[in-house]
Amino acid sequence: MQPGHRSTASARRFAASAAFALALAAAPALAAGEEDDPWPDLRETLFGERPIAGGAGVVSLEAPYRAYDAAIVPVTIGAEIPQTAERYIKTLTLIVDKNPAPVAAIFNLTPEMGTATISTRIRVNEYTNVRVIAETSDGALHMAEKFVKAAGGCSAPALKDMAAAEARIGKMKLKQSRPGGAEQPQEVQLLVSHPNYTGFQMNQLTRHYIPAHFVQDIKVSYGGQTLMTVEGAISLSEDPSIHFSFLPKADSKEMSVEVRDTEGEVFTGSWPLSVAGES
Amino acid sequence: MTWTPPRTCARPASTKRCAHHASVAAALLAGAAILAGAAGAAADPLPVTEVAPGVYVHQGAHEGPTRENLGGYANIGFVVGRDAVAVIDSGGSAAQGRSLREAIRRVTSLPIAYVIITHGHPDHMLGTAAFEAERPKVLGHARLPAAVSARGPFFLDFLKGVLGEGFAGTKLVAPSETVAESLTLDLGERPLRLTAHPTAHTDNDLTVLDEATGTLWAGDLVFMERLPIVDGSLKGWLKVLETLRRVEAVRVVPGHGPPSAPWPAALDAQQRYLESLLSETRAIIAEGGKIEDAVEQVGRTASQDWLLFEDNHPRNIVTVFTELEWE
Repeated sequence: MQPGHRSTASARRFAASAAFALALAAAPALAAGEEDDPWPDLRETLFGERPIAGGAGVVSLEAPYRAYDAAIVPVTIGAEIPQTAERYIKTLTLIVDKNPAPVAAIFNLTPEMGTATISTRIRVNEYTNVRVIAETSDGALHMAEKFVKAAGGCSAPALKDMAAAEARIGKMKLKQSRPGGAEQPQEVQLLVSHPNYTGFQMNQLTRHYIPAHFVQDIKVSYGGQTLMTVEGAISLSEDPSIHFSFLPKADSKEMSVEVRDTEGEVFTGSWPLSVAGES
Repeated sequence: MTWTPPRTCARPASTKRCAHHASVAAALLAGAAILAGAAGAAADPLPVTEVAPGVYVHQGAHEGPTRENLGGYANIGFVVGRDAVAVIDSGGSAAQGRSLREAIRRVTSLPIAYVIITHGHPDHMLGTAAFEAERPKVLGHARLPAAVSARGPFFLDFLKGVLGEGFAGTKLVAPSETVAESLTLDLGERPLRLTAHPTAHTDNDLTVLDEATGTLWAGDLVFMERLPIVDGSLKGWLKVLETLRRVEAVRVVPGHGPPSAPWPAALDAQQRYLESLLSETRAIIAEGGKIEDAVEQVGRTASQDWLLFEDNHPRNIVTVFTELEWE
């Protein structure tokens, strides 16, 4: 967190965003937006009457109180139970209450991940609660939430050269952080080059809104079975990044990923993994 | 010449957003109406320093836009030739632009033939409308129009909230001519060499060399005192600095910092900061670290050397991290 920021004068806070040329907080719009809480409606739509318990002991959420960049807000969903065949986190639903499309992603998980801890990057369009609802394999729901101050993350134009972004579309990287022993969950990062256009951004040349075009489905396979699937949406940042884990198997030294976007394009990749016992 | 505010929302699902944009459009129209009344009012001249013969600089304060600074906090100014004047960066609002024009009129009555924009950030280019009556050529990087049309409406929306009535007359003015590589203007025995750079601080950085005095107007390719902001490409910026270092000048007018400083020594502190971002962020990425780790660990030794460090450093890290993780 960033102690000290809260106390700075608002003009000074805004100074930063103006200088950055992005994330320009429209103060009047924010004031109006704070009056209505979208969560009750979202809750009913997504989970109906099902009870939702607190996250303690099951799931936590980390996010910066004040985002560094509204279009790229790093969040970590922390699993507080291990993934075991007996009991595991089956689904994580990541929600940004006040974004135009609040459901950022749904992660469908398996015991073979070892841990359900996931990190990703989201867009935040105005001051909002960000929350994660974990559904455990016994069907119980648990929720953790954080308030995040940021503005403009969905409508801010992409910084990069659009032509370059289009040219790199679908390129992927899978990075293994620290190869370790068997029986221990190993963390990897999947990076997908994709502009993840929100539909609220303007084309710099035509000045028309760029149609929404984003990563819709990700399937990660390991050891001959599906390890994780992700249903993505526009609240995931450009060039989606997902840190997740897997339990290494001595006889499985490759991970493969299939990504499908909203235009039906499919991108695939396979990567060798370092697993225990390798020299 | 003028950019229009964003059209109404293309996504009917978001009624709140549509309403918001509509109100911005209405406010802009209202602002234009106020301008008609305010145009005749004389502005106080902006304080300027003559850093070399015929080269005048107003030093921006190290802060953000406020009513008091008229939305302007960059170094802006002008060069006076035998026949004409060139404005280099027009300021953070039409009000600041009017003050700059007043400062010019205290120095010379020569025509203001050019307004040169070093890049599309609001503190450098939102004052251009104040010069429209003089019908100057407005010059910028070939990629300036795209950057301004994409982000300009955000700037206006934001600035209006800060300045209130002081916003009157501020609008986006398109360049009448753009520079893809280089261009030399003549103010009358006073050539100004404009150079367009590849993506660095932004994707539309332009520098101006006043050959008569060896003064390089670097725009935000050179920050001093106030923390540099990476809004383009870190690697690109470091590369551009190599080119820039070879420019034969005796002094630089940085985009932020003192009105002028010795060249090229003025580059050193910024170069150290940018190089530390590069090497330290790369190291975090190599270790499998995340953005949050980089925000905590990278560049911390520089925190005492720069103003507004905490306000701008974390976002620099995000920009740099997402650039370098694709290496």
